[in-house]
Amino acid sequence: MSAPVSAPTATTEGPLARFVLISLALIFLLLFLFLPLLAVFAQALRAGWGSYAAAVSSPDALSAIKLTLLVAAIAVPLNTVFGVAASWVIAKFHFPGKAALTTLIDLPFSVSPVVSGLIFVLLFGAEGVFGPWLRAHDLKIIFAVPGIVLATVFITFPFVARELIPLMEEQGNQDEEAALSLGASGWQCFRHVTLPNIRWGLLYGVLLCNARAMGEFGAVSVVSGHIRGETNTMPLHVEILYNEYDFVGAFAVASLLAGLALVTLVVKTLLEWRFDLHGTGARS
Amino acid sequence: MIELRNITKRFGTYPALHGVDLAIHPGEFIALLGPSGSGKTTLLRIIAGLEVQDSGQVLFAGEDVSARKVAERGVGFVFQNYALFRHMRVAENVAFAFTVRRAKTRLPKAAIAARAEELLRLVQLDGLGKRYPAQLSGGQRQRVALARALAVEPKLLLLDEPFGALDAKVRKDLRRALRELHQKMGLTSVFVTHDQEEALELADRVVVMNAGQIEQIGTPDEVYAAPATPFVAHFVGETNLLPAALFGGDGAATEGGELHLRPHEIAIVGPGTVGAAEVLVANRFRKGAMWRVEGRLAGSDSFVEIDCPADAPVPAPGDTIRILPSARPKAFSKVPSDSSPQVSDLK
Repeated sequence: MSAPVSAPTATTEGPLARFVLISLALIFLLLFLFLPLLAVFAQALRAGWGSYAAAVSSPDALSAIKLTLLVAAIAVPLNTVFGVAASWVIAKFHFPGKAALTTLIDLPFSVSPVVSGLIFVLLFGAEGVFGPWLRAHDLKIIFAVPGIVLATVFITFPFVARELIPLMEEQGNQDEEAALSLGASGWQCFRHVTLPNIRWGLLYGVLLCNARAMGEFGAVSVVSGHIRGETNTMPLHVEILYNEYDFVGAFAVASLLAGLALVTLVVKTLLEWRFDLHGTGARS
Repeated sequence: MIELRNITKRFGTYPALHGVDLAIHPGEFIALLGPSGSGKTTLLRIIAGLEVQDSGQVLFAGEDVSARKVAERGVGFVFQNYALFRHMRVAENVAFAFTVRRAKTRLPKAAIAARAEELLRLVQLDGLGKRYPAQLSGGQRQRVALARALAVEPKLLLLDEPFGALDAKVRKDLRRALRELHQKMGLTSVFVTHDQEEALELADRVVVMNAGQIEQIGTPDEVYAAPATPFVAHFVGETNLLPAALFGGDGAATEGGELHLRPHEIAIVGPGTVGAAEVLVANRFRKGAMWRVEGRLAGSDSFVEIDCPADAPVPAPGDTIRILPSARPKAFSKVPSDSSPQVSDLK
């Protein structure tokens, strides 16, 4: 992709144009991506490692980290199963309403996260549709962990499906038909043929899903109620600290989220590299 | 004996097959020949159980198997693009049918490996079991697909465009290998192809299909030498379609007849021959042992292809030549006529 161009070809620009274009791209990246990231880490460590460690290991911060991990641990597996099932159905079968289902899967992407959060408040809040029933049964969803999980599941459910549908459509049914003709059961067919065929795409989708599940702010903010030590996820905790002018604390927790993003990017790049090899058929 | 009775299949509003009847005898090698969209692959998939007919019956040895799934029909299926499992080694691909058996009937690991190696030897790929499909050539992949399909010990082997994506030399080797396997293992085989040469070379009987129906069933010799319909005459082998006046047995001319002549069934005759038609030569090229001369029939738009022996003078572009049928042509009158047509004049 970015290999240096040694021999001039029809699409090679002159040296000046090349220099200007590359510089522009690099300066833009530097200003808008690299500097802010650097700032996060610089601010977090401004008062030294001691303050950083203290901010990250304060009870409220630990509780936020725990809640974030818990929410991701529920939302990601759920959406993995849902994503695989939905893309299987959409890619391999023809049925009425298929186009509608495909569009519906994209809904969380097209709706503002705040609105997504409000949907759940309107459904499960004290004044919501199911509010009285929930209160009668002493169940709490809004301003509690279940609400945060629901909102996160809703927000992150397109990631896996979006990744898999084009992949599965491209691969078609032949491998599955071959497996069935050789006597495989439906489960064996999925486990031994379909799953290996989609594994890199699936992993990529799960990774993106996870990154969003941990980083989601808008929808979660609406349903959480910002109760410290109880319903604060990491992004919400960052906001609270920042609003209280605890910049070191805010940036310290933010640096954890930024670190997660970096890890995700590295793993994603590795996967794409692996994916490419796989795609061209080259193997070990 | 495999029987198809009045098979009909639609995809949405598109009629893929209507009213297909076919009987396949044990040990036969059958080609389903037709252009794309003729329904030949759909028919093959219905025999396999990969597709279910809308109406009609599929009988194996007199028993209706329409409700049986593909794995319960005892058929081996070779897919058009091989459909090899990319993430499995060649030996694992071939052994797949053994490894997915229920624990009770599954062979021990060593026995499975031995059976896979045996199958690979059968298709002359022994020693390549450790490779991945991506590391094989097209012809080798096709052989793996064949070995994998044979692992279910099928009585009936079904092949969808088995040589489609291969180059000429590899095709030839594979055709021979397939023919040998068919005989050695006592299989009944059905393959789909749009290549008439392949069908004629390989099959005991050729089923020519068009627009969801069977046009003709016959030996390669029959479909080539005695095509039942104009479609068969055109699809199997090369055919010139020439306008002609046809005369019935009573001597009365019927208007608008058509004459079907193979390029080698046309003779170039000397000037003044009675009944000869004039052709203006447009092009000529060497075609194997013969020269192919192409030209336009004088006074019409019809294009004529003629095979000329290489040891005689070959007409050059710009020449005007005179031609006559050298064999009894197959005439298809546009107007149905109960009397046998006779050709008197090529005009």
